[in-house]
Amino acid sequence: MTMVYEKSKGLTDVPFHYCPGCTHGVIHKLVAETLVELGVLEDAIGVAPVGCSVLAYKYFNCDMQEAAHGRAPAVATGIKRVHPENVVFTYQGDGDLASIGTAEIVHAAHRGEKFTTIFVNNAIYGMTGGQMAPTTLIGQKTTTSPLGRTVEHSGMPIRMSEMLATIDGAKFVERVSVDTPANIRKAKKAIKRAFECQIQGKGFAIVEVLSTCPTNWGYTPVKALGWLQENMIPYYPLGNFRDFEEDK
Amino acid sequence: MAKGKVTFNDDACKGCELCVTVCPKQIIKLNKEKINSKGYSPAHVINIEECIACGNCAIMCPDSVITVERL
Repeated sequence: MTMVYEKSKGLTDVPFHYCPGCTHGVIHKLVAETLVELGVLEDAIGVAPVGCSVLAYKYFNCDMQEAAHGRAPAVATGIKRVHPENVVFTYQGDGDLASIGTAEIVHAAHRGEKFTTIFVNNAIYGMTGGQMAPTTLIGQKTTTSPLGRTVEHSGMPIRMSEMLATIDGAKFVERVSVDTPANIRKAKKAIKRAFECQIQGKGFAIVEVLSTCPTNWGYTPVKALGWLQENMIPYYPLGNFRDFEEDK
Repeated sequence: MAKGKVTFNDDACKGCELCVTVCPKQIIKLNKEKINSKGYSPAHVINIEECIACGNCAIMCPDSVITVERL
């Protein structure tokens, strides 16, 4: 009998607090599996954000540090500079990274800090109850855009990966999705590559993962995946924007 | 002949049904006759003989509920 799939050793036994069908759990699994497969779990230091994944430090089976809202890249910068031999990553949502923490992520990328960022984009503020985020789509209804987001009022949704890919210090930038098993496998490859970018000392690496928020979007978990496919992927195209092999 | 063995950590399941939708053989359903410690009806396999051990259900599960072995 051969093992096809079992819970990763990179995760603790603490059950996730996430809502049913929330794809944070899938992304946690991919990060944990990657750390185990690269053999760096013992050397890994994660930085947890503020948002739904604020309790991520309970779930990853490695050293973790909590950061103030949006400031995970600043904390990770400090950790990586003091412990350059360790593998450092931040795990941040869109309210954290694309709003209050935009300055931190842009400048961490600009300085070419050698850590890896996992950016979970679900187009809404989840933990605080479904408010409009910078990544909320045009027409999307949230508690602070009850008639749907408009360009006149809030501008267009921000595409972080495209923006960060213009920065020289960002050596690996890719957007992936976890809506199907095939896309989950692709997402894992991208996350692995982002950690390899750091391990090889190339520079800053970020993977943007399109994610669902069934509770605040107001859909069942299955319908939420459909909404992601129909609405998010057309605006946030999947693909690689920067790879360190190109920058020899 | 069954090709796979699928085990569920019932108490960790939140009944989101993502595993149900990705099973190519459509042999996973929620067990409406059972309620776990979280208050959800957990997923289970209704016909293990048809399982091909592809692992899709386990890959999709956000809560690492499912273990898949190939016989």
